[in-house]
Amino acid sequence: MKKKKSNYWYLSILSIVAFLLIWWLCCNVLKMTKESTLPGPVTIAETFMEKMTSTAPDGATLPQHIISSLQIAMGGWALGVVIGTPLGIFMAWYKKVDLFARPVFDLLRPVPGLAWIPLMIILFGIGITSKIVTVFLSAFVPCVLNSYTGIRQTRDVHLWVGKTFGATNFQMLRYIAIPTALPLVMTGIRVALGASWTCIVAAEMLASTKGLGYMIQQARGIYRPDIIICGMIAIGIIGALFSAVLSLIENAVVKGVRKE
Amino acid sequence: MDNRDVILHVDHMTKRFGDLLVLNDISFDVRKGEFLCIVGPTGCGKTTFLNCITGLYELSDGQILVNGEPVDTRKHNIAYIFQEYSTMSWLTVEQNVAFGLKIKNVPKAVIDKEVAEVLEMVGLTKYKDYYPVELSTSMLQRVVIARAFATKPDILLMDEPYGQLDVELRFRLEDELLNLWRKLGTTVIFITHNIEEAVYLSENILVLTNKPTSIKQELKNPLPQPRNVVAPEFVEIRNKVTDLIKWW
Repeated sequence: MKKKKSNYWYLSILSIVAFLLIWWLCCNVLKMTKESTLPGPVTIAETFMEKMTSTAPDGATLPQHIISSLQIAMGGWALGVVIGTPLGIFMAWYKKVDLFARPVFDLLRPVPGLAWIPLMIILFGIGITSKIVTVFLSAFVPCVLNSYTGIRQTRDVHLWVGKTFGATNFQMLRYIAIPTALPLVMTGIRVALGASWTCIVAAEMLASTKGLGYMIQQARGIYRPDIIICGMIAIGIIGALFSAVLSLIENAVVKGVRKE
Repeated sequence: MDNRDVILHVDHMTKRFGDLLVLNDISFDVRKGEFLCIVGPTGCGKTTFLNCITGLYELSDGQILVNGEPVDTRKHNIAYIFQEYSTMSWLTVEQNVAFGLKIKNVPKAVIDKEVAEVLEMVGLTKYKDYYPVELSTSMLQRVVIARAFATKPDILLMDEPYGQLDVELRFRLEDELLNLWRKLGTTVIFITHNIEEAVYLSENILVLTNKPTSIKQELKNPLPQPRNVVAPEFVEIRNKVTDLIKWW
């Protein structure tokens, strides 16, 4: 399995090259759209370089926007992980916590993170707080769900082993249930980071003074598709990086599963 | 006569699930260091029987005493080898073997020493850093057995541990088990539906009836070890047990 993967890595590069090529063919060679509506990859690259240092037209450079979005996304995500994961674990392990927390959780779960924004703006204004809370809510739900499901996968036979060795309830949680749940907990944390990133960009489009979402929204107002696409590319690259870094961490933390 | 001390005293053990009577007034003694095999027809409640002994199930009636006290897994050192594979996938072989000792809060230095010893005995030292996914079935079962022996249990309960293995492996692991038992002097209660296995391993055999389960007969098995499965004395005992099980 491992060998195959390393032999065919060029396939992954190829797909990106092909995508850029088709884009370039459509826009620059065949001129299927106007450059001012959908610019080709060369223009985007130029805008990208320019936007690295230029604050026009939206008051901040691309890195400044990125950092602003990142801060809020990471803050809300971290809160979601720190509160959501233990809650999911305790709900799955202690019947009473489950009975107590579940009704509220079930009501909140179907409400998308973005639907909180109007209320948050009224409560906290368009500053950082309203967005952190919104991001937190989107990250919180997958953390709870995954850790809950993970704990529920604990095998009875492992609990019996613990019990016959005289384990306390807490020891069984710590040494049996939580390790069983770990792969899913990690998945939840990764999904939550993706959700946080999606959520922050959307939130910035609705109410913000900085950030990638804000940059895109401003560019639409002044008809600059090149900046919009730059923003989208930045969002994509950062999202993919997040996912890759967390996969690495997941591989390092989760032991004893068959590696593909 | 057996003059070893009684370690496990089962007194009128009765277990009902609702209206269903599963264990019906069972009484017997197990002596320190004894190797007892329990055989019975399939579905006769053998597993329930063990689960009652460990206190996983509460008895409906009667009592179980270990060294004269009601059984308590926190106080008494009991290990249980289950029918299902029970290695923990997230632990290495070494960590799996150390699991019971860790639960019992044994100091790290002692754990390291005991685990190294047991790993050596079952021939897994080379594989101590492997994870269960990387091991074969027979090695997994060795890990489970090592985990049980590492805690130096007063009583070791085994529920058809070799039921899913092929014959050759079973023979090898049975011999290994006998070696460990002799070396460590552990009391073993071994449940099986395989009569040959019971006669090969045991000092005493407890034959159970169909549900509601009670004791059909207690048999001595004085054959000297190592035993020859085709010797006439062996076959004689095997047939005797078979008859006891067939006749209902």
